[in-house]
Order: sequence, then structure tokens, then C-alpha cells
Amino acid sequence: PGLHCKRPWNILRERTFFPPAELCPAYSRVRGLSSSSSPRVCIVGGGPAGFYTAQQLLKVGNAAVDIYERLPVPFGLVRFGVAPDHPEVKNVINTFTQTAQHERCSFHGNVNVGKDVTIDELRQAYHAVVLSYGAEGNRSMGIPGEDLPGVFSAKDFVGWYNGLPSNKELHPDLSFETAVILGQGNVALDVARILLAPVEMLKETDITQNALEALAGSKVRRVLIVGRRGPLQIACTIKELREMVNLPNTRADMLPADFEGIAEALKDLPRPRKRLTELMMKAVKEGGDDKAEKCCGFRFFRSPVEVLAGADGKRATGIRLALNKLEGSGESARAEVTGQLEDVDCGLIISSIGYKSIPIDPAVPFDPRRAIVPNEMGRVQDTAGLYCSGWVKRGPTGVIATTMNDSFDTAHVLIQDMEAGKLDLSVNKPGAQAITALLQTRGVRTVLFSQWEKINAEEEKRGKSQGKAREKLLDVDEMLKIAWS
Amino acid sequence: MSACALRVFLQRAAVTRKAAQQTFSQTRAFPQCVTGSYTHSKGINTLTNSLRAEEKVTVHFLNRDGKRISVKALTGESLLDIVVNNDLDIDGFGACEGTLACSTCHLIFEEAVYKKLGPISDEEMDMLDLAYGLTDTSRLGCQVCLRKDLDGMILRVPDVISDARVDSEKESSTAPPKV
Repeated sequence: PGLHCKRPWNILRERTFFPPAELCPAYSRVRGLSSSSSPRVCIVGGGPAGFYTAQQLLKVGNAAVDIYERLPVPFGLVRFGVAPDHPEVKNVINTFTQTAQHERCSFHGNVNVGKDVTIDELRQAYHAVVLSYGAEGNRSMGIPGEDLPGVFSAKDFVGWYNGLPSNKELHPDLSFETAVILGQGNVALDVARILLAPVEMLKETDITQNALEALAGSKVRRVLIVGRRGPLQIACTIKELREMVNLPNTRADMLPADFEGIAEALKDLPRPRKRLTELMMKAVKEGGDDKAEKCCGFRFFRSPVEVLAGADGKRATGIRLALNKLEGSGESARAEVTGQLEDVDCGLIISSIGYKSIPIDPAVPFDPRRAIVPNEMGRVQDTAGLYCSGWVKRGPTGVIATTMNDSFDTAHVLIQDMEAGKLDLSVNKPGAQAITALLQTRGVRTVLFSQWEKINAEEEKRGKSQGKAREKLLDVDEMLKIAWS
Repeated sequence: MSACALRVFLQRAAVTRKAAQQTFSQTRAFPQCVTGSYTHSKGINTLTNSLRAEEKVTVHFLNRDGKRISVKALTGESLLDIVVNNDLDIDGFGACEGTLACSTCHLIFEEAVYKKLGPISDEEMDMLDLAYGLTDTSRLGCQVCLRKDLDGMILRVPDVISDARVDSEKESSTAPPKV
């Protein structure tokens, strides 16, 4: 038996070749052709976790993999999280593109899983479903005044300068001299760097035009990056710290008191921590160019307790910090309150204390304390045929490579289960063909990878006319119009 | 997938990677590959290769599954180039395509060989610091170029963080934070 199709597809003798449904109209009318040897896997989420999981699944065996993504555009935080001045980090898009163009892979954008289609419906159409939808929420500080104008989550601020459609109306007010960032991870350093970088450094990147213009008119000259614990617990990595230290026209604004006892601890540190600490201490000692117009510094042993409003109570004008002392040492040191407080005047407060996953479907177990889908090595608890990879599996930390290895692990576990007969592959599953038809009855039309490529080409074209790498489309409706044109 | 189709798939990936590498080496200053008595930037490496008298050397990769992969390669090529050009089956190697934005081309050298390698830049060390299983003879493959006197060297591909082996509490204290 084979697939009879007027198009000149290669039909292999032993296996039936399945062209992407978009390119073969006759295919969509044919039912139940999957042979027992071709498993169908569905991946929820088109970011790094989704693509790396797909990549590994496609490499071994003859599985067909479909990736569903809520936005019309793929790549998740690689597109919306990585800083505009770090284009090399985005090179992974090349390998994701190869994966999406694989003959056994198809991408379906503009599908909101949990709303347009349920997990149960996906599980009926596929032999296995992998949740790779990441962390779209953020941890809140949980302090009074957090909702005042002038306070933003780093997730939203980063989304704003990176063109995430839901953040396009953020309009952060950059007319204040001092900005305070809570949290000292790489996201915090990225935000500080984007706030202080000379516009010349940003104007050829893929930063959005409205963010570029806002930053060009920014009055922000001083950024403080605040952490609960000490220099030896700082969460950022040395590359990002080095970029801050080398930022033109910016001097370091550190407190020597925060570094008491640090020099003595250096010799016992593992090399990565040691080099990071030495670089910070160099910044403390050298201070930097006095003629610099901008400054950036860390403030340690401080936790936010209240956002202060001005006399009219209408917006944030400062932040109250509690001073801590450290109990214990090393990575597991804890911050303990001392009772002392300190107020810092500032007009822009950015909370960078972590992203957070949310539950998207009541049928899927969710651990609200850890904000992840409970799982054992990627197998979702008590739910056969359901898996997870990336931040929704492990929590929202780690670089792209961490997510890559984690996704490979989930794929291997899934393949193991297929080979051990834990998934019933003898049952035919209709896959994307059924889901696309179902979505159509609900008025939802998907964006295929070749259609994303039209959006991609348009963004590059618009960018070129401005001397930029690309000009991202900010409006979902505009994306869809171009995709389906 | 047929072996033929797989090779085409990986070759396409390799071509795209190389193209991306060339594009980015035009916008970033890379450490130079020293070959014999001349130096050339990574960006023009592939273009000028045909004009030089390269020599073939043999390199052995000891993969994570314990299997040894031996390849012949040209002097001047980076170890990442060799993995990509020969479609070596090393999961997730070279994610950032040789631009010092990740640590996935991390390789462990024999001590005697390590001592012969060129100097390590701050940029390379910054990324190497994030590599899992860092050793005193670790380097990033994209920054090490093949020379005649490295003929026959054995490169160990380190294990990577795996959910199966490290529990999440321990991992959070050693894993690098977000990019």
C-alpha cells in the first residue's frame, strides 16, 4: 500500500512517504494512513526546548513530529529573550530552521494550546505529547507598591525591547536619572546594559525601533543592580559582567563595604567563581573614568520591602530596601534580616527575580509551589504518553545549552518508552491532519513554517532599509496578514 | 530516515552553519588560527584554504558513548569545523556555531597536547567557565586549530548535564544562570 498522489513525491518501497500536508492537498482527504512503524509526536511550544526535543526525536527512528506554537512566529526566548546585542547567541535559529524544514517535521503557529485545542484532544491525535511551553509568567516581589506605574518585571521590559507583541504598549518612562533593578542574574545585567549602552551600539541590532527611540531620549544615567546576598552569591556570569565593566562612558558605582572579607575567600573558590569575583573586585578598586556620564553598580545584602510613591501617590519615586546579613557561605548562604532599612530615590524599578511557568490545561498535573509540571526524568507524573522538556520541566534557569541537553534527555526517554512498548504504536494516530481540521471548525487557522518565512523576509527587508538586522513586526494581526498573503 | 537523506540534512545544516560562521566572523574579532608560519582569520579560512599547502592530520574523538571516531582533517581547521565537516555524531556540539556564545564544543585534551596549544583568550575562558565537567585540560573546540604537531591527538567529548544523573536541587547550585 502506498500514497497515491499526483505530485511527484518519492515513494519508498518499504515505507510510505508523508509529504507535509500543506503541499499535498489530496493528502488531507486521505485518512488513517500511518503505518504502525511511524509514531506521531506532538510538541507544545516552539522555543528552544520544543525544537531541540524535535531534533532529537527526528534523528532516531522514523517519528513524525509536529510543533505547535501560540504566536505566529517561532523560536520563543531566542527571539524574545536574548539581548539584541547578543546576535551570536541567536545562531541556534539556523539549526531550528533545519529541524522545521525536515520532511518529518511540521510547525504550526497561531495555535493556543489550552484554549484553541486541549491537551486531551492532542493526546488523542498523537502517540505522545511533549510539553515545552516554557515560563510566560514572572515571580512577583510581593511588596506594597509593586503595581505602581514605573515598576516593571524584567520579563516585560525585555519583551518590550525585543518586540514581544503583548509588551508593545509598555511605554516605560525613561525620564528619571536612576533605575533600580532587583535581581543580579544575566537578565538583570542585560536590562542594565540596554539601559546604559550608547545608542550607536544598539542601532544596527534587531532591537525594536520604538525601544531604540525611547532609549535615545532616555534620561537614565545611573543603574543599581540589587541582590539579597553577597558578591560570592551573584548569579550573573562573567561574560555579561565584563560587558558591563567595558561599557563606554560608564563608570562602576560599587560599595567597598559590600566586599569586606571577599579577598580572603578568593583562594578557595573554583575557577569560574574566582574569575567572576576578581573582575568585580577590579571594578571596585579601579572605579572607572570619572568623566563618564553614566554609572552602574551592584548593591548587595539588600531586599526590596516597599515601592515608595511620590506625594501624589500616583507613581513610583523610590524603593525601600532592607539590609541583610549572610548566614552560611557559598552557594547555599542565606540572607537574614537585620532590621535596618535604606531608601533609594529612583523612577524606574525593574524586578528581575525569575520567570515562572503557568498551568495551561486543567488535565495536566501542575506543581504550584515549584511552578513546574511534576515529572520523573521528563515523564509527566501519572500521565502515560505525556512528557515535558525545558523550563516547564525543570524551572526557569539555565542557558540555551542547558535546555538543549534537557530536551535531548526527554527525547531519549520518549524513544526508550516507544521501544519498550509503553506507547501503543499499533494504533493509528491522525496527527496534524486531524488537529488542523479541528482548529478550522473553531475558526483557527495555523501558520506554517514557510509562512513564517514570509514574516521573516518582511522583517529583514524592513530592517535593511533602516540599517538594522531586522525590524520585528509587533502586531500579531499584521504577522498573520503577511503569513497568509 | 535513509542514510542518504540524513547526510543531506546534516550537510545542509553544516553549510548553513558555515555561512553563519562566516557572516559573524565579519562582525566580531576572532582569535586567529595559527598554521605553520602564517596566520589567517577564521572568516577567510575556507576561502583561502585552497591556496595554501594544507596537510592532513589524524584526530581521534572519544565520544560520550565510549566509541572512538577517527578522522583525517586539514591543518588550519578548527576542531568545530572538523566535527561539522565530517558530520560526526556528537549531540549538540557547536550550538552557537563558533562565535564564543556557548560552551557546547567543550573538549578535553591529553595533558601533553594541552600544553602545546596556543594561548587562551579571556573571551574563551569566560565561556569555558560555564562548561559542565570543566577540567584543567579543557578547551573550546571552536578556538583550537589543527596543526601538524597535533597529529594523532585524542580528544575526549565530555559528558553533559543530564537530568537522569543530577537532581534538580544540586544542579541549581552548579548550573549557570540564564542567558
